[in-house]
Amino acid sequence: MTWLVPLLVLVPLLGAAVALGLLNHQKLQRAITVVVLVVALAVATTLMVLVDQHGTIVVQVGGWQAPYGISLVVDRLSALLLTVSASVLLIVLLFSIGQGLAADDGEAPVTIFYPTYLVLAAGVLDSFIAGDLFNLYVAFEMLLVASYVLITLGGSEQRVRAGTTYIVTSLIASAIFLAAIGLVYGATGTVNIAQISERMAGLPEHVQLLLHTMLLIGFGIKAAVFPLAFWLPDSYPTAPAPVTAVFAGLLTKVGIYAIIRLETIIFPRPQLNTVLLVVAVLTMVVGVLGAVSQTDVKRLLSFTLISHIGFMVMGVGLGSVVGTAAAVFYTVHHIVVQTTLFLVSGLMERVGGTTSTRSLGGLLKAAPLLAALYLVPAFNLGGIPPFSGFIGKLGLFRAAALDGSPLAYVTIGAGVVTSLLTLYALMRVWDAAFWRPRPAAEAAAPHASVAEPHAHLRSPEPAPLTVSEETGKAFHPGGSVTVTDAAHASSASSPHTAPTATQGGVGEAPTRVKLPRMLVGVTTVAVLGSVALTVVAGPLYGYATRAAESLESPDRYVQAVLGGTTR
Amino acid sequence: MTVTLVLVIAMAVLFSCGVYLLLERSLTRMLLGFLLLGNALNLLLLVMSGAAGDPPIGKTSEGIADPLPQAFALTAIVITFAVSAFLLALIHRSWKLSRADEVEVDEADVAIGRERDEAADEDPETTTDAEQEATR
Repeated sequence: MTWLVPLLVLVPLLGAAVALGLLNHQKLQRAITVVVLVVALAVATTLMVLVDQHGTIVVQVGGWQAPYGISLVVDRLSALLLTVSASVLLIVLLFSIGQGLAADDGEAPVTIFYPTYLVLAAGVLDSFIAGDLFNLYVAFEMLLVASYVLITLGGSEQRVRAGTTYIVTSLIASAIFLAAIGLVYGATGTVNIAQISERMAGLPEHVQLLLHTMLLIGFGIKAAVFPLAFWLPDSYPTAPAPVTAVFAGLLTKVGIYAIIRLETIIFPRPQLNTVLLVVAVLTMVVGVLGAVSQTDVKRLLSFTLISHIGFMVMGVGLGSVVGTAAAVFYTVHHIVVQTTLFLVSGLMERVGGTTSTRSLGGLLKAAPLLAALYLVPAFNLGGIPPFSGFIGKLGLFRAAALDGSPLAYVTIGAGVVTSLLTLYALMRVWDAAFWRPRPAAEAAAPHASVAEPHAHLRSPEPAPLTVSEETGKAFHPGGSVTVTDAAHASSASSPHTAPTATQGGVGEAPTRVKLPRMLVGVTTVAVLGSVALTVVAGPLYGYATRAAESLESPDRYVQAVLGGTTR
Repeated sequence: MTVTLVLVIAMAVLFSCGVYLLLERSLTRMLLGFLLLGNALNLLLLVMSGAAGDPPIGKTSEGIADPLPQAFALTAIVITFAVSAFLLALIHRSWKLSRADEVEVDEADVAIGRERDEAADEDPETTTDAEQEATR
């Protein structure tokens, strides 16, 4: 069944080419994109089952044997992440299709969206199967170039600005990674991960440390760990909701995946584990403190994203099988939950016209289903018992307690505080957006809300500022005077078109907002998916543990790749 | 491993200039910085391939240049090319939108700073452009 593995990259890339050729046939384009991702999901699921039964699958591309050719390796960790990523990619694609169908032309995704999205998918999937550092670099570049296009989609001024931050940071990360690859090649004479693993142990300690640190910094920027994470809340929130959702779910986790590989296969010794644990604590605490101080839902979610990356780094940093298993489980949980929350925030923006907690309100009455869709993943992320977030955190804390060192106990404490503060931040959003009545600005003119579009009434800034923003731009070509609330700009730039209908009677009756069925349907599926993680938590955790066990010593990986067997 | 000192010095100069330019606010300078950085990385890959002067193809496997770093450098060049094309498009877009190729301050950050000042003043109406300038 080795022929299945290259399909994961080939099918999305060819699909992207075909979709690019069909720029004028949007329906066909959409159909192709969906079919491609369904195929990818099917392949990934098959691989997940096969790998679990028969062990690691290795493909030597073009028949060139391992140290010389490029190897594609699918072990349990890869297969699990492949499956989860493919499902998330598919869900988000359906959401964006729903958004394109529901909105007016202004908000519809530009035709380049689908081909780019497929290239992104190819990059993400390729990075999980790369058995070669340079191939991993190429996969990263593939997904990064696609993400540059997606984050500046439509090319509005805001997105160009946010995109620049993202692009420059990513370029620097790639440069560090490439330099590290060059140095690794100079030191070991190979870029095959299995062979590097064999030869790395023979290198002098300081050379190892240099290579280890450089690779860790390169991956750390991608994964958004504490000192290297400030680009993320700056750039993610401005992108369209589905794009932010897929970035939040997958791109940072690709970095985490690379860190897990690095720490288990290339540098299995606990060389930098203390550093990783300290970084984990700082990432958790600093990230969540950022989240607490935010008033914009999307920015708040971006900060919780950073903060929860800390949990995964913590699992890796413990350097034990239990820790890695918990980190793998937590990664799966977090991919699903964080993506779902960003999709829900997209719906909130659609209903409320903004994502600022200051001007959102009354959503519980306007869209009761949306409230449920928000609450479930919010509890999940915060780690309320029946959900998978709780199970993941429990696993991590147990692993840390088994480790028993003082630093491990500090990380447990930080983890608990982070969970509480996450819950606090998310409940503050709940309180403001869903629970409380509509804000004063709107309460002043309740009757007008029926006649006028919400975007006008709920813009957090008074109208004169918009004027001053424009004149400011006109008078200062430097553009540095443009000062608006991000939420205001987003509500102004995206004409909010959800139709409103009064229920029952006059004035006081709650205004129900009708959401496009497809968007609600897809988001519901995503929420159910995150709940399903709880239902299948037993087998899933078992799978994660087996994945971690096969990563316990690099020997198995090395043997699978260099032994030449295709099993 | 033998290393050519000239290449190493050239690489160091390219790296430092590239990083310096990449950290500028002007998009055009950033592009130039990225190009320098890309070339520095290509040089690094070349340096890592060992001593210079070996032929790329020989009759025996002895004494021929290592082809792998060259393949890396080629791939890296292609990627640099694609990203530069994208950056040029971005610069063009930015210029068309705002007649400037400077990266602006994050508006949400400015908003947070403004709120803090407003809380101190307790009067949101007086936030003028001059004050917003000051908060940055």
